[in-house]
Amino acid sequence: MLYSDKVLDHFTNPRNVGELPDANGVGEVGNAKCGDIMKMYLKIENGVVEDARFKTFGCGAAIATSSMATELIRGKPLDEALKLTNKAVVEALDGLPAVKVHCSVLAEQAIKAAISDYYRRQGVDPLPIVGDIGECDACHDL
Amino acid sequence: MDKRFVYADNAATTCVSSAVLEAMMPFLTQEYGNPSSIYAIGRRAQRAVEDARMQVAAALGAKPNEVFFTSGGSEADNWAIKGTLERLAPKGKRHVVTSAFEHHAVLHTVKYAGCDATYLPVGSDGIVDPQDVRKAIRPDTALVSIMFANNEIGTIQPIEEIGAVCKEAGILFHTDAVQAVGNVPIDVNALHIDMLSLSGHKLHAPKGVGALLCRRNVLPPNLIDGGGQEGGHRAGTENTAGIVGLGKAIELATADIPGHIARVTPLRDKLIAALSQIERSRLNGDPVRRLCGNVNFSFVGVEGESLLLMLDNAGICASSGSACTSGSLDPSHVLLAIGLTHEVAHGSLRLTISDETSEEDVDYIIATVPPIVSRLRAMSPLWERIQNA
Repeated sequence: MLYSDKVLDHFTNPRNVGELPDANGVGEVGNAKCGDIMKMYLKIENGVVEDARFKTFGCGAAIATSSMATELIRGKPLDEALKLTNKAVVEALDGLPAVKVHCSVLAEQAIKAAISDYYRRQGVDPLPIVGDIGECDACHDL
Repeated sequence: MDKRFVYADNAATTCVSSAVLEAMMPFLTQEYGNPSSIYAIGRRAQRAVEDARMQVAAALGAKPNEVFFTSGGSEADNWAIKGTLERLAPKGKRHVVTSAFEHHAVLHTVKYAGCDATYLPVGSDGIVDPQDVRKAIRPDTALVSIMFANNEIGTIQPIEEIGAVCKEAGILFHTDAVQAVGNVPIDVNALHIDMLSLSGHKLHAPKGVGALLCRRNVLPPNLIDGGGQEGGHRAGTENTAGIVGLGKAIELATADIPGHIARVTPLRDKLIAALSQIERSRLNGDPVRRLCGNVNFSFVGVEGESLLLMLDNAGICASSGSACTSGSLDPSHVLLAIGLTHEVAHGSLRLTISDETSEEDVDYIIATVPPIVSRLRAMSPLWERIQNA
């Protein structure tokens, strides 16, 4: 498994790892059977992602993509955070081995799940804004 | 404790020992002749190949003309299974009995051979029951193929009993002994083994050389056709240096197996005792009927590849049965076969030590693994869920 230096850096020194006690949007995707679970904690204020943290059960790529994804959305307006694609996460990590691309999909989904949770807590239906996050199984076809 | 380099993945491959390298060197430099050539350096190369054949035969209680050098264990497995089916299928024998936790060189070969197969279940202790072999044998059974020792969990199979069952039923018995050679005393006649696969790089010979031991009267048709090497049974110019290395390595590895077991077992058991102290850990495979150098644990709530990467950062080389290390989405078929759930199988760690592993190496592993498991669990939502349950 050839990981880029950036993946190894984000795995070895993950940014924003841990829980966020005052999070107002929490999303969890993946499942233990597949070997990947990502939990994303967001603190959203005035339409901006003020803070983002994660907890991940998974491989090196899963931890690195979680770390990079939180870095990419911190301080960003919600609509920008929603536009984060798995491709952008992969690029920011200088690439991922093909069999690990599903980890980046999981990171994108985790952020969307957390934002959906935020909207639900605000009494807003997230579906028209966030869209269908997709099932974990979908990434198996990648 | 100071950081050190600890190689604990000897089941994956081993270093070439200095004695083996020394034996090989002349055949890479001065004695490079083709063993089929008539002149002196060719004849000397041929003699070296035949000496190695005698060393391999002597190590396993076989005759030299029952030893056929191959490119490794996978080729030997392919040849034994495909060849036997090719030979016996016209006689109506198209059924193979094997186990669910064989190496893929056996499992995939059986799967794609177009035969009928029975995959025997494996107990939670990682041992195949010889009575299950007996029950699975049918009138159209061509071959029984059960590994000598499992490559992931190190469990040693009751090969003598299985051999006796096969002999009584008149069925050919093949065993993939890649992990066992040098770690368990083997006499192919006493154990009723008709065919045995072995690999050089697991016993301090180089990669790219192995052998199939096979009784002459059940020799399968060729897998590789071409020149007349290996008595016309396996074509291709001999890997002289590799074969010489294999001969030397197997001689050294089998010279004092009881001594090797006596040296390595206490280190293995020290590792097992220490890692058992970790909360929600589990030793995979029978604690006693296992290779003297094999330790295989599952740590609930962590994922194996992350564990390996952190161990690598700490200087320790190990392996795992997690899906992420296999390049597939499913964890190790071995761990699933002994009844582990996917979640637990993802969190497995295999440490395989050898004669070269020191007590200090083992102490370093014992000091290094628990904090890494704790660190990964601290960031694991699965562990959080288990704690809250």
